[in-house]
Amino acid sequence: MNAPETTRRDLLCTLAGCAAAAVAGGCSDFTHTEFFRSHFKELSEDELTAIREKIEAECKTKYDKDVTVSNTPAREGVQFAYALDISRCVGCRRCVYACVAENNQSRDPVVQWIRVLEMDKEKGIDFEHANPYYDAETVPRPGHFYLPVACQHCADPACVKSCPVGATWKEPDGIVVIDYDWCIGCRCCMSACPYGARRFNWKDPSLPADQVNANMHILGNRPRPKGVVEKCTWCVQRVRDGRYPACVEVCPVGARKFGNLLDPSSEIRYVLDKKRVFVLKNELATHPRFYYFYGL
Amino acid sequence: MNLPAQFLRFVTGSVRIVLRGNALYWTWISALLVTIAVGVFAYVHQMQTGLISTSMRDQVSWAFYIGNFTFLVGVAAAAVLLVIPAYVYNWKPIKEVVILGELLAIAAITMCALFVLVDVGHPDRLQHLMPGIGKLNLPSSLLAWDVVVLNGYLLLNFTIVTYLLFMLVRGKHPNYAIFTPLVLLSIPWAIGIHTVTAFLYNGLAARPFWNSAILAPRFIASALCSGPAVLLVLMQLLRRFTRFEIQDAAIWKIAELMAYAMAVNLFLLGAEVFKEFYSGTEHVIHMQYMFTGVNGHSAIVPFMWIAVACSIIAFLLFLVPKTRKNPITLNIGCLLIYSGVYIEKGMGLVIPGMTPDTLGEIYEYQPSSTELMVAAGVFAVGFLLFTLMVKVATPIMLGEFRVADEEHGHAKTAAA
Repeated sequence: MNAPETTRRDLLCTLAGCAAAAVAGGCSDFTHTEFFRSHFKELSEDELTAIREKIEAECKTKYDKDVTVSNTPAREGVQFAYALDISRCVGCRRCVYACVAENNQSRDPVVQWIRVLEMDKEKGIDFEHANPYYDAETVPRPGHFYLPVACQHCADPACVKSCPVGATWKEPDGIVVIDYDWCIGCRCCMSACPYGARRFNWKDPSLPADQVNANMHILGNRPRPKGVVEKCTWCVQRVRDGRYPACVEVCPVGARKFGNLLDPSSEIRYVLDKKRVFVLKNELATHPRFYYFYGL
Repeated sequence: MNLPAQFLRFVTGSVRIVLRGNALYWTWISALLVTIAVGVFAYVHQMQTGLISTSMRDQVSWAFYIGNFTFLVGVAAAAVLLVIPAYVYNWKPIKEVVILGELLAIAAITMCALFVLVDVGHPDRLQHLMPGIGKLNLPSSLLAWDVVVLNGYLLLNFTIVTYLLFMLVRGKHPNYAIFTPLVLLSIPWAIGIHTVTAFLYNGLAARPFWNSAILAPRFIASALCSGPAVLLVLMQLLRRFTRFEIQDAAIWKIAELMAYAMAVNLFLLGAEVFKEFYSGTEHVIHMQYMFTGVNGHSAIVPFMWIAVACSIIAFLLFLVPKTRKNPITLNIGCLLIYSGVYIEKGMGLVIPGMTPDTLGEIYEYQPSSTELMVAAGVFAVGFLLFTLMVKVATPIMLGEFRVADEEHGHAKTAAA
């Protein structure tokens, strides 16, 4: 950045920044670089590095922990998809807790990206009679089955369409992501999502320092501020390095399958070939990349 | 005297008018300022603790603020639509109707913008909506469209009113080659803002309660009930407290047109209710939540029945010529229809649309005290703005406030 540019920006900051800061009231860490930041997709390599390093430094201060914020991009020839075997799921919620730990979700207030719905076998998949708050000594409870729901990473996501500022988008490998630094917190996406997948940070998320997962992705599990929307990213920080999402890894009954649709030898392709799969709310034509099936 | 100097005189004269008033005026202004202070206090608290200080949660993620926003878009739209009958029936105070309508529109749109501002999690990032600095997601996002049409509408009305008042204050007629096209443009634009706002909900397939093709027509119909109600009351007040002449005929005609709008509004509501309850699909649950409650969750039910009762009684009062022409029953009708539409749009549209949520969970929303205080503050800002604008516009329309050429010795600035 050359000198005149800085001066001009500083001047603009003094004018616009102060006005906005006055409106913002309680909002802290307000700098002019943030105010005039470009959209994520238009950031230069240098700007991205600066942002990543800033988050790392903030984590160091806040949690006294050395974290890595990566920006691993989508790989060529990869289209992720997910499948879940309803007949195997026992409703133990280990996926929920593994997800919280992996993705640095707020412990207070409790933010969970996966909701496991307990349903009556008699009624089948019926959201109206589903119970997300079941509290059982042992699972599965007789007469019930379990339907875990998180972001469906739709091929035609209603959330992306609704966002007024383009703060959420579909990556080339099929993962729907959110830029937490760009989101204005209007919650249009939450109204648009048919799967209740999105969570809003109604207050400052709290994360105990000793529970921070230091392996972070800028569009994934790095700490979020209050006032923005977040959701499942299929563990973008793991899957782009060739690992499974935390929920797939932790599932004790192997109900969760994940892989590359374009790889003929992948497990996900096996499921799509050999099983009869379905998607939730098919009639809405959001074309989820999250398939459910009865494997047994 | 050149134009800028005259404009300066217009501005300073306006300030002087605003600062002059009787005890009633100052009581009203003070009450509004106190309410605004309460709202600011509550908003600062909300900014510090986060939107957790509202009752909104992930299940009901839009509620009271956005409901008020929706209602006020209707008020803003309908205020200008009154221009149509004024032209069609060639009322005498046509300029006055235009001015009052557009002033109301300006105040209402300001409140709309504030309700969106207090609802978002990051008001410090609203520059992301600005072309150039930000990235307005057009054409796919309906909220982006709403930002465009609402700001355009504000600008349009502000231009028309300022131009017209500035011409009148100089004792001149507006240039109709400029003025008429702008007023005519504001009419479809008024329909546009409420249609786009309806589409904001309407386009969400995830929410069957909103995903109904008659949502936009219902919005327009209900707006044509609530918007004119405000103006009817205002016209009577002006007639009483100033030298303003407004014929009874004009008031009765507006009331008659409102009766038709109310009939359409009730008919469309009936059509919606029939479709949901008769076909009885799983989507009926939102209507049930609204009118009967679901599994003991019935916080909103009494409000909805009050709204229906208000709308029906007001319709009857406006339909019968005798009660429509009686000032007492007329004003009761105005109050009832305003309350009815306010509940219907403020609570009855947004909350049942989100209850139960997309995965069937019922979270009973009721506004928190923070939300009520912030909302009161926003309304007070709107009332204050409207009061001040009408205070300035009235003497101009009555010819009591003029900025004339000093060389001719007619300089005169007087307040009402």
